[in-house]
This record gives sequence, structure tokens and C-alpha cells, in this order.
Amino acid sequence: MYTRCVPVEVRLPTLLRPHAGGAASVTADGASVGDVFTDLATRYPGLSDQLVDESGSIHKFVNVYRNDDDVRYLDQLDTKVTDGDVISILPAVAGG
Amino acid sequence: MGFVSPPLRLTENQYRAIVAHCYDGLPDEACGGLAGPAVDDEPLGVVTEARPCRNEDKSARTYRFDSRDFMASLRAAEARGEALVGCWHSHTHTDAFPSPTDVAQAEAYPTWFYVLVSLRDGEPVLRAYRIRDGTVAECQVVLDR
Repeated sequence: MYTRCVPVEVRLPTLLRPHAGGAASVTADGASVGDVFTDLATRYPGLSDQLVDESGSIHKFVNVYRNDDDVRYLDQLDTKVTDGDVISILPAVAGG
Repeated sequence: MGFVSPPLRLTENQYRAIVAHCYDGLPDEACGGLAGPAVDDEPLGVVTEARPCRNEDKSARTYRFDSRDFMASLRAAEARGEALVGCWHSHTHTDAFPSPTDVAQAEAYPTWFYVLVSLRDGEPVLRAYRIRDGTVAECQVVLDR
């Protein structure tokens, strides 16, 4: 199937901005959230470990949204993105 | 910790809603978000909404905001020109002080107020903290009518 690679905006939380030269928002290409993260990793190598764990899944304490929808309730990293979509990354609010 | 925190101001209704939500969550920990005005990411201490979030962990030992409730809280605050300025969670069997896990996780939101509600004893105990760079500082809680 033909999938078009589109540029999407990725909004970064304060905590991750140092890994992207201080930017609050960056642009990356991909047809899925996973593709976008792969592209981000080539541009900002330090960001990759913060988003995806060793098993290739979204990091436990990170919430990833396509627009306002958590991709865990969509297709995880396979969630498709199209032109104009915004991916937001928010560290989980968690504790004990 | 290098800065002076303003007091956290809660209305009596917000205080009651937070504590009630913590009891409602038993036997699990309960959690929620505090929204209010902020200037340059720094909360002023005023809370305009105390909004419960489901505890995704459904645990008596840990909590995690339901990611959908979290996004809804954030968008509701943004729609008012405000920000999320803190959160609360309950400790069902320990005191109202941040656990090591709470301190570690607070790194993600260093400007927030962290409200702890202990349900260990007969009376609830609510305390508020700022947590930055691994340092915990209690701050005053003022109840407004």
C-alpha cells in the first residue's frame, strides 16, 4: 500500500526540550507515529531513548497523543498520521 | 530550594472535593489536577479548578493520571487561558509527605504544587509541597471561603 510521508508537528514537554536544542515544537516526517519517532531520532539522537524503550514500545512514563487522543487507545506506534496532525508528548503524572 | 513559593490557595469547596475524592477512591490511591493562572510557567497559587482524574494504576500504592483525563484537564485549563499548576494524590496508609517515587516523578513538572492527602488516620491530612531538583519544600495552604 502506498503511504505518503508527511511532515507533522511534534510538541515536546519542557523536560525533553534540552534533547531537541531547546525547541518546544519540532517537525518530523512519517506516515505513522513510529515513523515520526524514527525520523526524530535521526535529527535528535538524545530524544529517542526518552520516547521509546528497549523493546521498541512507547516509554512507560510517556503519554503520546495524536491530536488529543492517546495513541495507546489507537494503534500505538502504528497510529497513522496525516498532514496537519499534531503529536503531543506529555510525561505521565504519576507517583506512589 | 532557591525560591519562595506563594501559598497554595484552595476554596473550602475545593478542599472538601479533593478530600472526598480521595475517600471515594479507597482502597486505591486517588488523584487529580489543579488548574489556575500561571505567569511564565510559575503558578500564582490560585486554583480555579480541582478536577479528579481516574487512577490508571488502580492501586493502593501508586497512581498515574488516566491519560485521557489528563489531556481533558489540560485542554480545559488552556481554554480558560490557564495552566495545570499542580496535582493531588492520596496516601492511603502513609503520611502526607512525598514518597521517593513522588519526588522522582515530579521532575517532569517542576513548577507544580504537589498536594498529598493522607487517609491513614481518623482525620484526613492535606499538605502541599514544591518539589524541584529532588528537593522537597512544604508550602502553606490557605483556605478561602
